[in-house]
Amino acid sequence: MSGPGSGEDPTAAFRIEAGELLEQVEQGLLDLEHRLDDMNLVNAVFRGLHTLKGSGAMFGFDALAAFTHHCESAFDRVRKGDVRATPELVSVILSAADHMRALVDGDAPAAHGQAILDRLAGAVDAAAGGGAPVPAPAPRKQGWALSFRLPPDAMANGTSPLALLDELRELGEATIVATFDKVPTLDDLNPGHCFVGWDCTLIGDISREAIEDVFLFVMDDMEITITPLAVEEAEAEVAATPEHASVTMDAPVAANDTTPRGASANRSQGEHVRVPAERLDELMDRVGELVIAQSRLSQLAGNGHDLSLRSVSEEIERLAGEMRDTMMILRMVPVSTLFGRFRRLIHDLANETGKAIELVTEGETTEVDKTVIERLFDPLVHIIRNSCDHGLEKAADRIAAGKSASGVIRLSAHQAGGEVLITITDDGRGIDVERVRAKAEANGLIQPGQVVSEDELLGLIFHPGFSTAAQVTNLSGRGVGMDVVKRTIESLRGSIDVKSVSGQGSTITLRIPLTLAIIEGLLVRVGEGRYVIPLAAVEECLELSLEEDLRSRGRSIITLRERLVPFLRLRDLFETGTKPDTYQKIVVVGTGAERVGLVVDQIVGNHQTVIKAMSPLHRNVAAFAGATILGDGSVALILDIAQLIALSQPREERRLAAG
Amino acid sequence: MPYHKVPHWTPDNGLEVLTFGLGGETFALEAGIVREILDMMPVTMVPGADALAASVINFRGRIVPLADLRGSFGMEAHAATADSRIIVIELDMDGAPILIGLTADRVDEVTVLHAGDAEEAPVIGMRWPREHVRCLVRRGGDVVVLPDLAALFSRLTARGGEPVSVH
Repeated sequence: MSGPGSGEDPTAAFRIEAGELLEQVEQGLLDLEHRLDDMNLVNAVFRGLHTLKGSGAMFGFDALAAFTHHCESAFDRVRKGDVRATPELVSVILSAADHMRALVDGDAPAAHGQAILDRLAGAVDAAAGGGAPVPAPAPRKQGWALSFRLPPDAMANGTSPLALLDELRELGEATIVATFDKVPTLDDLNPGHCFVGWDCTLIGDISREAIEDVFLFVMDDMEITITPLAVEEAEAEVAATPEHASVTMDAPVAANDTTPRGASANRSQGEHVRVPAERLDELMDRVGELVIAQSRLSQLAGNGHDLSLRSVSEEIERLAGEMRDTMMILRMVPVSTLFGRFRRLIHDLANETGKAIELVTEGETTEVDKTVIERLFDPLVHIIRNSCDHGLEKAADRIAAGKSASGVIRLSAHQAGGEVLITITDDGRGIDVERVRAKAEANGLIQPGQVVSEDELLGLIFHPGFSTAAQVTNLSGRGVGMDVVKRTIESLRGSIDVKSVSGQGSTITLRIPLTLAIIEGLLVRVGEGRYVIPLAAVEECLELSLEEDLRSRGRSIITLRERLVPFLRLRDLFETGTKPDTYQKIVVVGTGAERVGLVVDQIVGNHQTVIKAMSPLHRNVAAFAGATILGDGSVALILDIAQLIALSQPREERRLAAG
Repeated sequence: MPYHKVPHWTPDNGLEVLTFGLGGETFALEAGIVREILDMMPVTMVPGADALAASVINFRGRIVPLADLRGSFGMEAHAATADSRIIVIELDMDGAPILIGLTADRVDEVTVLHAGDAEEAPVIGMRWPREHVRCLVRRGGDVVVLPDLAALFSRLTARGGEPVSVH
């Protein structure tokens, strides 16, 4: 493993930054598409492009800087109101953003860039004609008192205080007085830092936004208060003394309107630290080992009679638990990072298919483990493409069916217990169950005429045998079928569920555990081996009495609250070769609609489980989702409930046939 | 030095190996792939796993499969003795390094084998499959076996045999 962090390539850092900037620009543009006159969005996009140009040039990405310059200029004109923001302009800049990405990666064809610039020029010219000036926010007649202080390292970052002051002077009649109260003694003075603050009185018909624009690029880090001058002061002598200005600022009435931008921005931004994901993973591993070591300690302490040892052990147990929880939170990211990436997909799909498609997202603040988020992307892309391609109808068909012309794809996330539910809903035509049936019969998945419930039929679209040859749904030639989606979701220990109403659309629900790293498990013993059953799947535990056991030899089914529940003897399944305990237990687990009882010899108890992956050498052993290390250092395998049920079915059938 | 199908003899035709005994034979592995030699420890059986790697151990918090080469070389399994050890090796499989524990009846020494003493496995006269052996090396009147671990384990990492879940 290479040493983390040391000697990182600066261009690599730029690439990451550029990726994020482009992401922001793209999000801004996609929002702008719907709210063309939102100046905040225009400014945000402009700022992103400007920063990208600047840092691009700094890191030697000259082609990128030159290309971005054109887009920035175009947006500058929008910002100044010379040019209207039009859908065409937004769409050109979106494709320009793609080209910038390619430039950052260094594999962009130059001709492509020129084509985009030509389109851009066309779009700007079109938008400039008859451009209604952007509605300017209500200007203040009187004037403003400002007090501001740049971050100490502002000059090192290329900000020139003098240029800012000049820009202020251009706005109106300005009286600027420097304040030196923060200048340190000579010993502490860093000549490269800016310690001077300024108080300024601006008289004239100036909007607050105009002033904020001057500080556009330093606003987030600086301290600034912008206070409207009281009327009487504006009427007073133009040569307002700085004392006047400062008095205004201190006046309680003015304080209400003060904008402590610096302070609030610092609170939200200044405390973020960028950490490589591998370090978080390493930390997670350490915490995992700590949890294991701690459970060994508490076992030791529990066995002995040393009270002080026991109290230390309890203390450590609490700390380790808290640390684990904190660690979990560190790895959580909001699903908005995932959902945001689909807006572009929808935009492109709408162009590709010629359908009007609207994306609605809900519950974006729901947080999920970052590994889960990363692995959810591909399956979701697939599901969304599918919904757009095949679920949603053309506008004419929709109108004929009495629906709105544009189709709606709804992505929502919410947390339920230890799981997050992600639903993808479209209001299209729904899945044609009869065609699914025909296809399944043709592929031999079901017998012709076999009685199959609608849910089961819908479930067949995830079957590997279903997505080979010519399909009901032509999956856009991406070469992956829904079976891959299902496999990915199951590898996340999640489940997938489809509902469809003919003519009204379909809903696909993914249930995913919040985290992959640690689960609550039920530790059980089967023969001499110990196994962990994920607690989330456990519905209840009951005893398998001896007579019930003997009676059920042939059928392996128990009656549980007037429902028949099949059960599996893990002792047989694992071929332990041991005699059953006198008092066996049945752990009833549920996977989706199915429930099954697992017969174990003993329930040991709850176990906080750090999941470790199985070795690739055990790749073909499907019954286990992973392994964990117990308090005594030995290994317990974690049961993969869904796989176990699938695996055991032929065996149960054999037993029934033989029995 | 990583593991290679054909042993990479050094320019002076040497190969540094760790020799160990198993079922009455002496085996050798490139010393470069050996990570650690452990005393016997509790093992956890993996039901349904191939007999070659039927169990796992906890190696410093990692789940490492424990492989027993005896079956692949037609030897009888028997219980561990006081001399039994686990040799943890790192092997590149499908481009990624994985840790594997190998059971050994005893661990002998780190020594240097010479290319001049090496011979291909003979077509007849061996009681184990030829493809499990990279080469045989004569050493002091005895024969040291260089097993082909990549070939042995690639059978397990091959995809396929995945259960198809049917609803």
